[in-house]
Amino acid sequence: MMIPACRLADLPRGEAHRLDIDPPVSVFHTDDGELFAIDDTCTHQDASLADGWLEGCEVECPLHASKFDLRTGAVDAPPAKLPVRTHEVVVEDGMIYVQLSLAAPNLPPCISARLAGGPA
Amino acid sequence: MRTVAVVGASLAGLSAARSLRKQGYDGRLVVVGDEPHRPYDRPPLSKEFLAGSLAEAELALEGDDEDLAAEWLLGTRAVALDHRGRKVRLADGREVRADGFVLATGAAARTLPGSEGLAGVHTLRTLDDARALRDELARGGRLVVIGGGFIGAEVASTAYALGLEVTVVEAAPTPLAGPLGEAMGAVVSGLHADHGVRLVCGVGVKGLSGESRVDAVLLEDGRSLPADIVVVGVGARPNVEWLEGSGIALDNGVKCGADGRTSLAGVVAVGDCANWYDPRAGHHRRVEHWTGARERPDAAIATLLAQGAVEPGVPRPPYFWSDQYGVKIQFAGHAAAADSVTVEAGSADGRDVLAVYRRAGDPVAVLGMNQPRLFTRWRKQLGAPR
Repeated sequence: MMIPACRLADLPRGEAHRLDIDPPVSVFHTDDGELFAIDDTCTHQDASLADGWLEGCEVECPLHASKFDLRTGAVDAPPAKLPVRTHEVVVEDGMIYVQLSLAAPNLPPCISARLAGGPA
Repeated sequence: MRTVAVVGASLAGLSAARSLRKQGYDGRLVVVGDEPHRPYDRPPLSKEFLAGSLAEAELALEGDDEDLAAEWLLGTRAVALDHRGRKVRLADGREVRADGFVLATGAAARTLPGSEGLAGVHTLRTLDDARALRDELARGGRLVVIGGGFIGAEVASTAYALGLEVTVVEAAPTPLAGPLGEAMGAVVSGLHADHGVRLVCGVGVKGLSGESRVDAVLLEDGRSLPADIVVVGVGARPNVEWLEGSGIALDNGVKCGADGRTSLAGVVAVGDCANWYDPRAGHHRRVEHWTGARERPDAAIATLLAQGAVEPGVPRPPYFWSDQYGVKIQFAGHAAAADSVTVEAGSADGRDVLAVYRRAGDPVAVLGMNQPRLFTRWRKQLGAPR
């Protein structure tokens, strides 16, 4: 599924744009001008990676210290242990689109529990 | 270097072991731990694990398919470092010979004198501590937390959510004044009152009462707080007694440089037991933060492998977080260095404050309550080279 995110002109380098879908996805515009889309929620705990510390091709979770590679979704160190999904980004006529991955997301335990109807 | 012994198997020890392999060390790697458990994560012990919403297996710090090719000597404590003989002696009589040593023995919870052997009295530092406390909290009742620091506040918050009647006792006039300064310490500890948890400040604890089980906390002003469970959260002391007599320089932990190097060749120190030189601050400091235990071993291992021939980079400002009553609290930098604190966003009353601490106009620390995005921006600015 191809989802429109925002206009490229509205997403400066070093910034992220969060799509409020379920689960949320964020598009990152790196300082080098590259665009990447990954699942927005840290796999350790409910935190928005769009609020995180973007450096090169990595984003550090805004709460704890795990960093995710925007290119592969891989996580570098605890407390997160699982990667985030990556999504394909397409720019057409100045508009950023995200092609959602079909893989199952790795969501933190509190979110998984909520989705399953258990205690948050 | 053919053998490296990492003494301590918690976050700092594991991070050191990982750094060794990441930096190309392919020799023998021995990790010694006094607890019987593989490395686990401590922050959830006062929060999700204590509340019962996070299972024990989820505390594991190692990945499912991670293999550091290390020998794990767990459930045995290091009792002596013999630097001349290049070996560590263990409590069970074994010895580990090595060319390089990483000291990562952490810190132990301070206890209340006279509370030994009294049922219902807990400290919270280890997984076993957390299991015991969790089982007791499940029975409900009146909880008195001695110490209004972060551990005490997190336990109070978790116990409140579990339905216990909670009182927090703090000897200082304002909790958290040390790490956050008085003004912001008052704002953050205001969360207790917001939720009907009683906060008793400015009075010391004289002792505990009870025969075999605690029944009250006795205050120095003569008051007595009835208690079914008591948690003592009055800080921690570095686990360095075992190094006495080894010739290593000790001063509030293992005295070491910004790169973790100690006074002994081939020995570095990381984590809560390390009192390292902070070039930003211009003096030594021992910082008991998760992020330090996770990040600082990289520099210490580079030093160890290069036999001291590397220049350490300037570390990022210390950073820690806390979760209390559903509020995410984040702090970076050094509050003590500040001469002013201003609220840049949100409000103290709204408990969504973003406050910046400055010295002579320059930001030296930042506090956020439920402000992760703004907090990250300020934290980045603090960490930028000046």
